[in-house]
Amino acid sequence: MNLRRIGISLIAPAIGLSISLIATAFILSAIGANVTTVFASMWNYGTSPRAMSLMLNLATIYFLSALAVSIGFKMNLFNIGVNGQYVLGALAGAVVASNLTLPKVASVTVTILVAMFVGALWAGIAAWLKVARGVSEVISTIMLNFIAIGIISYIIVRTSIGTETSLNIRGTKPIPESGMLRGVAFLDPGTPIYGFFFISIIVGVGYWFLLNRTRFGFDLRATGKSATAARTSGVQSNRMIYVTMLLSGAVAGLVGLPYLLGDTGSYTLQFPTDWGFIGIAIALLGRNNPLGIALGAILWAFLDISSGQLVLEGVPREISTIMQGLIVIVVVISYEVVRRYQVKSEQTSVAKALAKQEASV
Amino acid sequence: MTYLKSRRFIGAAFTAITMLSITRTITGNGDLTSTVTIAQALVFASPIALAGLAGIWAERAGVINIGLEGMMILGTFGAGWAGWQWGVWAGVLAGVIFGAIGGLLLAVAAVTFGVDQIIAGTAINLLALGLTKFLAILLFTNAPGGGQAQSPPIKGEIPTFTFESIVEPLTALHEKGIFFISDLAGIVAGLFYNLSLLTVITFLLFVMTSYLLWKTAFGLRLRSAGENPWAADSLGVKVVQFKYAAVVFSGMLAGLGGAYLSIASTIYRNGNTAGRGYIGLATMIFGDWRPGGTAAGALMFGYIDTLRLIDTGNQNVKGLILLGAIILFAIGGVMLRKAKRNSAVGFLILGSVMIGAYFSASSFPPEVAQVAPYITTLLVLATASQNLRPPAADGVPYRKGDHH
Amino acid sequence: MSQSALAVELNGIWKRFPGVVANSDINLKVASGTVHAIVGENGAGKSTLMKILYGMQKADEGTISINGTNLVFNSPSDAIDSGIGMVHQHFMLADNFTVLENIVLGSEPKNGIRLDFVKARKQISEIAAENGLAVDPDVLVSELGVGDRQRIEILKVLYRGAKILILDEPTAVLVPHEVDELFKTLRDLKKEGLTVIFISHKLDEVLSIADEITVIRQGTTVGSVNPHTQNVSARDLAEMMVGNELPTPDAVGDTIQDEVVLKIENLSVFAKGGKAVVDNISFQIRAGEIVGIAGVEGNGQAEILDALMGIESASGKVYFKDEDITKKSTRHRRELGIGFIPEDRHRQALMLEAPLWENRMLGHQTREPNSKGIWLTPRSAKADTKRIVEEYDVRTPSIDVLASALSGGNQQKLIVGREMSGAPKLLIAAHPTRGVDVGAQAAIWDHIRDARQAGLAVLLVSADLDELIGLSDNIKVLLRGKFVADADPATVTPQELGTAMTGAGEAA
Repeated sequence: MNLRRIGISLIAPAIGLSISLIATAFILSAIGANVTTVFASMWNYGTSPRAMSLMLNLATIYFLSALAVSIGFKMNLFNIGVNGQYVLGALAGAVVASNLTLPKVASVTVTILVAMFVGALWAGIAAWLKVARGVSEVISTIMLNFIAIGIISYIIVRTSIGTETSLNIRGTKPIPESGMLRGVAFLDPGTPIYGFFFISIIVGVGYWFLLNRTRFGFDLRATGKSATAARTSGVQSNRMIYVTMLLSGAVAGLVGLPYLLGDTGSYTLQFPTDWGFIGIAIALLGRNNPLGIALGAILWAFLDISSGQLVLEGVPREISTIMQGLIVIVVVISYEVVRRYQVKSEQTSVAKALAKQEASV
Repeated sequence: MTYLKSRRFIGAAFTAITMLSITRTITGNGDLTSTVTIAQALVFASPIALAGLAGIWAERAGVINIGLEGMMILGTFGAGWAGWQWGVWAGVLAGVIFGAIGGLLLAVAAVTFGVDQIIAGTAINLLALGLTKFLAILLFTNAPGGGQAQSPPIKGEIPTFTFESIVEPLTALHEKGIFFISDLAGIVAGLFYNLSLLTVITFLLFVMTSYLLWKTAFGLRLRSAGENPWAADSLGVKVVQFKYAAVVFSGMLAGLGGAYLSIASTIYRNGNTAGRGYIGLATMIFGDWRPGGTAAGALMFGYIDTLRLIDTGNQNVKGLILLGAIILFAIGGVMLRKAKRNSAVGFLILGSVMIGAYFSASSFPPEVAQVAPYITTLLVLATASQNLRPPAADGVPYRKGDHH
Repeated sequence: MSQSALAVELNGIWKRFPGVVANSDINLKVASGTVHAIVGENGAGKSTLMKILYGMQKADEGTISINGTNLVFNSPSDAIDSGIGMVHQHFMLADNFTVLENIVLGSEPKNGIRLDFVKARKQISEIAAENGLAVDPDVLVSELGVGDRQRIEILKVLYRGAKILILDEPTAVLVPHEVDELFKTLRDLKKEGLTVIFISHKLDEVLSIADEITVIRQGTTVGSVNPHTQNVSARDLAEMMVGNELPTPDAVGDTIQDEVVLKIENLSVFAKGGKAVVDNISFQIRAGEIVGIAGVEGNGQAEILDALMGIESASGKVYFKDEDITKKSTRHRRELGIGFIPEDRHRQALMLEAPLWENRMLGHQTREPNSKGIWLTPRSAKADTKRIVEEYDVRTPSIDVLASALSGGNQQKLIVGREMSGAPKLLIAAHPTRGVDVGAQAAIWDHIRDARQAGLAVLLVSADLDELIGLSDNIKVLLRGKFVADADPATVTPQELGTAMTGAGEAA
């Protein structure tokens, strides 16, 4: 039965991908582009070593972001605030790291801890609002996103933490090379793969273990499946909300680090601020399962990177965002349909199996 | 019951004007209640109010609409796209239609397929963001006056009205600086200065919603879908149809709100909504899922938005902080009377902090003003969320015959 | 009227759901102007049948005939149009609406598009007066008690011109004088020429009000009797309902030890309005003792259990052996060795969309064989699940199926097996054999008795009086949150107990 279940879980993403491809083909031909050359060009570029390295780097970021979101989703807690949590975490990490002169392992560890702490703190505000004042975490985390942007703007533009880096951009002062985690270029000589790639795999494995092999993970999943049954079984819902949001925020704090420690070395006003939303999409795609999330992250990164080619074909690269948006909507609907079908079919097959058993007695 | 309601409304208005007046007197900042400010506040409040109203329609039918932001974005885009080519009213129409499409998508996902409503709404927000970014590049890059992230200017303008005979004398009265009377004068004048037709339409939509949802059979049935859809179904009410109608209409209202935004800024611009869809939801919660309270909340946000944008000497923000302090003290006082000691202390402490801030700094960085709406939302929700009565079956996926 | 027309005739009704046949070849004839009762056990198929008659479900096979005409119902509106009104067991009322809004919903009097509140109020008052049902149309339903709510449900159907009323287990939640009022209303309705179909499993009541009784067992009609013309007793009906002899569990002798396992002092639970739902009760249970609580649903049983498990807050004190657990968490109480079989298994005892072995862990996830330290131990949990499936006869092809795929009775067996594992010291059980077939019911009783022999203390809440009498060492009767009587199971009869539970003895 388990193989059947795996097969069924793959149907929804397959449907999503197919419909998205068809719709994209439709849009492409509507704007006069040649569908086959566009897709071929994306594929050819996307499978080149350089592109694949870039893809793995981006996927690392998306993977961490989606993990952070999933921790909450598993419990029906919607942490939409990963954006705010990771930018604050990255800023804090950059500030601390740029002032440290420790050997690499120590420096990176401290940076990670600081980023996780700040991310958890920011998420904790939303948790408190929910537990103490009954405020929906959906709205509060979104508001906190906007507030975080304000805080960062203030810190970089109006305090001495922000300095003029090169090219007239304000940001934190650069992290010394001893604090960076640049990575290894094993696919394409000119494109290193972030050191954080390996750390994120560890985080993913840790997430799986936490969720499926620990008592806490059981409590979390039980709350997600039936809050009333979980409560009766001894789970304290307030405590769960706090711990889950803090964990989610801590992982979110990591999201900016691959790029910070593997590339720029400084938090500037140009630091990307939308990786949180992408994490939500991938968490939905991967159904809150580390393997699914990993595959989803790779797919998403592939679309992002390979669509860079489209400029040469005269197609706006943003077509990838339409593909992505369509995939999410279709997949989310398909998952629901498949889930209902699955529940019903199990009921019928169990009844059949039992009838067979009783008949043979 | 209507008598009581108007009593409450007058009481609330009275309190608000008094607090504003106190703030104005202490800061000496006449802009706080001037005609121009109030008129602009209406303009900023309307999109938020429409978002809040959109939320009411959906949630009263039992569907949580997190996708309001996305539907608003679709509305801003529609208005920009149609508006620059065919004029302002085409923009309004397109905004409404695009928003409706977003609503339809939510209805299909959440009502027909039973996808979790928050997930479906989030997915729609993602889709709307991506779609509009893509289409903006496609359609606006080479258009005259447009760019990769914005549309060319919208042709034409929505008609506005100014009632000179009311505005002139009241503005003169405002300049006199008399406590309460001048502020009241300024506020009333502001309501009739540069009044946009779209604002009037928004107001009418609010009135219509009040009537339709609470005084007609249609409204009773729609609300029953959000209170107890199984009971409604057992009485022959077509619950699914009502949910669809409510959600699509919700999308239309959000789209209208987006259109308003684009028209007010004369262009479509990526990110113009800046979270107003979510703020709209907050006003809906603040308003206890009723049009009156929602409008009040929207007006408050519009006012804050206005102050920070017309802030020439960085003084408005100071005024806001003082006003915030006064409000916090007032709430703290009310809590004390209700013997809710802990909450009261919290509010009083916050109020003191804000008073301290007011007196210690001569001006505040613009970021404070930038985040003011969002912090206010959090404060509002933190105060209000406890004693509210949302529709009983709000957010519950409905399947026919599913009960027990 | 010797040859009265048939108000309702059902012929050959079949209804199947995935995994179960709810109705098989049901035949029913209801004469006009009578009160016709349909009796059967839980899960016999009565509710499904009524849903078909009311248009909420469609039969797979068979015909429906109303007043002599064959009709097809595609929705409740069709049934309403043909004069059928249903008063559901679980009231279908919107708490945040007024009485008036609830009554007129779907059939509102209109003035253009405006809802004519004045006309509605007038019509409701008239119907209420005609039938002796007093209501205030502008009160919010959330403020009304159970008896009032039922009256509104009846008004709902009368408002729509119903001539055939279906009442689904109407007395399940009523206290005795409310039952009397209901029956008086039903007799008045009968005088007006209405037909009443009355579904119940309370045989004494059925015998006092019904003109004809149809018995349904396991989805099919067993037979009909007329209590006016035939000499039929509750026991006769019960045997028709159950098929074999009623189980008469006999209490074994002395297993009670000295040690007090559970002690409750001055326990009170207050509802939102300040009313004491549980009113200052005290009692204790010793090792090897089963204390039963008898009472009509809604008199505070659920609240007592939730307070004991730490799920709801209460005032007073709760002691487990010598430890004061009044403020301790639910998990701590469970870890002390308290097992809990809750009343609502779907909401409180199971994760429907999780496999059986994960459900086995629910409630016990911090102990062996489910976990060691912070780590879960799925292998030993799965093995233990297999043991439970064996010992408690849970019918399932494997332990990997989702809990939702099992029938209610098998789900219950799994829950009982789970809560009895790990040698609990105290078992709190609410209706432990609800929905379970007779054979497995006896097996569960044996398990409980064996455990009692070994020192298990049990708090038993049950609506099954025979179960209560058979298992308990002593019985306390709960009425409106207070203990009003103690009963010795060796000598008390179901009739005496029923009287104490409904407070009828008080008035006398």
